[in-house]
Amino acid sequence: MQCAYTIFIALVKHTARWGLLLVLLLSHSARLAQATSATSDETAPLDYSQSKGRLHGTAGATQLEGSAGGGLVPWAVIAAYGSAEQVGASAFYSRVGMPDFELSSAGFALGLYNRLELSYAQQRFNLGSLADALALPDRVIRQDIFAVKLRLLGDLIYTDMPQISLGLQHKKNRDFLVPGVAGALDDEGTDIYLAFSKLWLAGFMHRNLLVDFNLRSTQANQLGLVGFSGDKNTQREWLAEGSLAVLLNRYIAVGMEYRQKPDNLSFASEDDWYDLFVAWFPTKSVSLVAAYAQLGSIAGYDAQNAWYLSLQGSF
Amino acid sequence: MLTQAGVYFSVVNRLLLILVLSLSVACGLIKQPAADASLYQALGEKAGIDKLVEEFLWVVSEDPRVVDRFLKSDISRFQRNFSLQLCELSGGPCRYTGDSMQRVHGGHHISEMEFNAVVEDLLTAMERLQYSIAVQNRLLKRLAPMQPTIVGQ
Repeated sequence: MQCAYTIFIALVKHTARWGLLLVLLLSHSARLAQATSATSDETAPLDYSQSKGRLHGTAGATQLEGSAGGGLVPWAVIAAYGSAEQVGASAFYSRVGMPDFELSSAGFALGLYNRLELSYAQQRFNLGSLADALALPDRVIRQDIFAVKLRLLGDLIYTDMPQISLGLQHKKNRDFLVPGVAGALDDEGTDIYLAFSKLWLAGFMHRNLLVDFNLRSTQANQLGLVGFSGDKNTQREWLAEGSLAVLLNRYIAVGMEYRQKPDNLSFASEDDWYDLFVAWFPTKSVSLVAAYAQLGSIAGYDAQNAWYLSLQGSF
Repeated sequence: MLTQAGVYFSVVNRLLLILVLSLSVACGLIKQPAADASLYQALGEKAGIDKLVEEFLWVVSEDPRVVDRFLKSDISRFQRNFSLQLCELSGGPCRYTGDSMQRVHGGHHISEMEFNAVVEDLLTAMERLQYSIAVQNRLLKRLAPMQPTIVGQ
């Protein structure tokens, strides 16, 4: 109960900060009520206010680095629901609560003609226990992420081949003091990834099944929050990541994710990430994702089992 | 000892069951021919499909994204032909004898957005008629291969 209260307060605080999302939510709350009632009432009014041309749920949510995808992992899909002749935008706020740390991420994305995605996100990593233990001058590490994603080939649903996209996430760590002391060599770096996503209609027990697989080249320690490169390894590495999601109906998906991580610092080891998530898409304008994530060891603190909440508005 | 053996067998059985289930799931991922009539039956055969097409047209009539396209076409002919198509696609005994999808949609420059709007309208019609998610998805799967023959023609 106390946890739910803390989540609620945290969300309220930050929605206030990110007023855009609040406005979005309010303006769509009526529609939201419509869409939820449409599932039970056969004569409910329709939700056509959003003329965006891709199918419900297929724009995904926004992952931690601001790219359209799941929670931890980007997908090959382009942000918002615009089809080949449309432009869309989305904004998000996500929060991850760990036993010893806290991470929030917020930003926005533009989706152009179902071809190109441009996005910006800022992450704030609260050092929590580590800051207390070492009496650190910085409690928060901020990181800016500018990203692009280009759809190269295929269509998520309508081609036999998966949708394939190439993405770049350029990251700039803005509070490099602690990462530098920890042994990181750079305060900025660029991840390059190739994403393969496919939705199989009636693919799993007659439910629609989404499968994503990515290959990522990176030097980032803990997404870049602990800098880039390190005393143990200075090379780029190709790492694998993936998502598996089953759409229970048009509005709810459940799934899991995996993200392989580098291990560049001798100061603290870094583990691969896993999560289990539930995503709710009441309308094309709003999505809410809740997840349980195992983030392993972070900055010397083991077993960071976390809750994850993400709110996205899309228009 | 007996109960231990029983536990052992139930564990083996469970493992076998999981194996069989996961194999059948894996097989389900592979494309199946549209031969069996179970989807046709689940749709309520020809009478159910006629009702679905009618409901679909009601939904379209309220959808500003595509209603104009439909108003410009011969609605009763569309109704007849779409019903025959769904009947054939779902494994029913009908044969669609109308023009090819390219011919019907050629020159109309149907956009991705319009195609998906029609898909959503069909899903909404099925929701209103309380077809299960499974039936909705199975029908959509049979219709999806038409997309490249309709969009951008």
